[in-house]
Amino acid sequence: MTQEPTEKLSNVQIAWRAAQDIADGAYVNLGIGFPEMVARFQPEGRAAVFHSENGILGFGKAPSEGQEDWDLINAGKKAVTLNPGAAFFHHADSFAMVRGGHLDVAILGAYEVAQTGDLANWSTGPTGVPAVGGAMDLVHGAKRVAVITEHVTKKGQPKLVERCSLPLTGVGCVTRVYTSLAVVDIEEGRFVLREKLPAISFDDLQSLTGATLHCPGPVADLIVPEL
Amino acid sequence: MDKTLPSPADAVAGIADGATVMVGGFGGSGAPIELIHALIDRFLATGSPGNLTVINNNAGNGQVGIAALIAQGMVGKIICSYPRSTNSRAFIEKYQAGEIALELVPQGTLAERIRAAGAGIPAFFTPTAYGTELAEGKQIQEFEGRPYVMERWLKADVALIKAELGDRMGNLTYRMTARNFAPIMAMAAAHTIAQVSRLVAPGEIDPEAVITPGIFVDALVEVAEPAQEEALNRAEVHYP
Repeated sequence: MTQEPTEKLSNVQIAWRAAQDIADGAYVNLGIGFPEMVARFQPEGRAAVFHSENGILGFGKAPSEGQEDWDLINAGKKAVTLNPGAAFFHHADSFAMVRGGHLDVAILGAYEVAQTGDLANWSTGPTGVPAVGGAMDLVHGAKRVAVITEHVTKKGQPKLVERCSLPLTGVGCVTRVYTSLAVVDIEEGRFVLREKLPAISFDDLQSLTGATLHCPGPVADLIVPEL
Repeated sequence: MDKTLPSPADAVAGIADGATVMVGGFGGSGAPIELIHALIDRFLATGSPGNLTVINNNAGNGQVGIAALIAQGMVGKIICSYPRSTNSRAFIEKYQAGEIALELVPQGTLAERIRAAGAGIPAFFTPTAYGTELAEGKQIQEFEGRPYVMERWLKADVALIKAELGDRMGNLTYRMTARNFAPIMAMAAAHTIAQVSRLVAPGEIDPEAVITPGIFVDALVEVAEPAQEEALNRAEVHYP
């Protein structure tokens, strides 16, 4: 297998790239952990409204240390603040926003994404204590479900695959994947390459991908600032 | 009409062995700590109630609240979406020892099952979990060309919730994200017990601001300056 190139996007850079596709005024849910970084890179002049499953629309940055109010937390159980125009609601309303198709974008992490849009991101198998949270709801609710992820695992195995081998979070739900090497859309059961790092050849990228990358149109250079 | 009771101990006195108990709270916010601890006190004094089924988003954190309830061996089953956290040792130990059952439910399905019970809707269809192991054995039906999973209502004998303001008629408001599951649990349980941080006279809560109307609440107890779960855990408090 081809070695992953030394030049690749960092997690913050992947988050930056994903943030460029979020429109002004969009209602957005960011998964816990890595996807939360996307909020830091909203382009100038755009303001999305961030949704937290536990019952907030319009939460803002973390408070400074010592200023936390532990009754004001996000789904990751971290203290947050409120932006002007924020709202609280109970859990069934929160997931009505999710399942009712009211969110514009959900961005999640992934263990594996299949060319069919299937996502595996909640369980690494039968060992340990299972926990699912809201991932299975989010993948069926938002108008657009995107994934941000390393292109390959720490062991160098492709994370973009023909079929997921791990337990599924949802079937046919992901429409775009932002990786450390490329931006890939999922259309009609196949991976469509939209952007790639200029430093990597198509053939090398293909060898790091577990399913065929299609190029029906131009492939742009994936250019992200140093962050 | 006066639904108030003098103490948390009075409020939880009727909870029976084997009861299904919904407990409000998400992460460290909204847990009715004083009600849960009153239940533990009763168990330590009388050996009852045990073999409870607890419904919450999580499975307890630290060594207070639901985690303390589990550590005492009072819980036979947990129904939740996310039992694993950095601080959920009480549950994980019992689970790995085979001493507690787990029903894992996607978070939105958990909320909607509770809401449905409160609204008298025995089942509903959702796309959530379709094609996953959490939908195995469940009825699938297509609507407008898309497959959906049938999920059933989730009822409880008792709900224990924490609210901010309450009046003796049971009208409630909440504090920020401490609201989470409390309004729907209040609807879904046969007997809803609320601890309120401040008891006010009927009329003092603007009717426009009532979040849980009193019809969903059976008993209230005032707990001024209630404990906050996250704060207790950060101070590494152990109950009892």
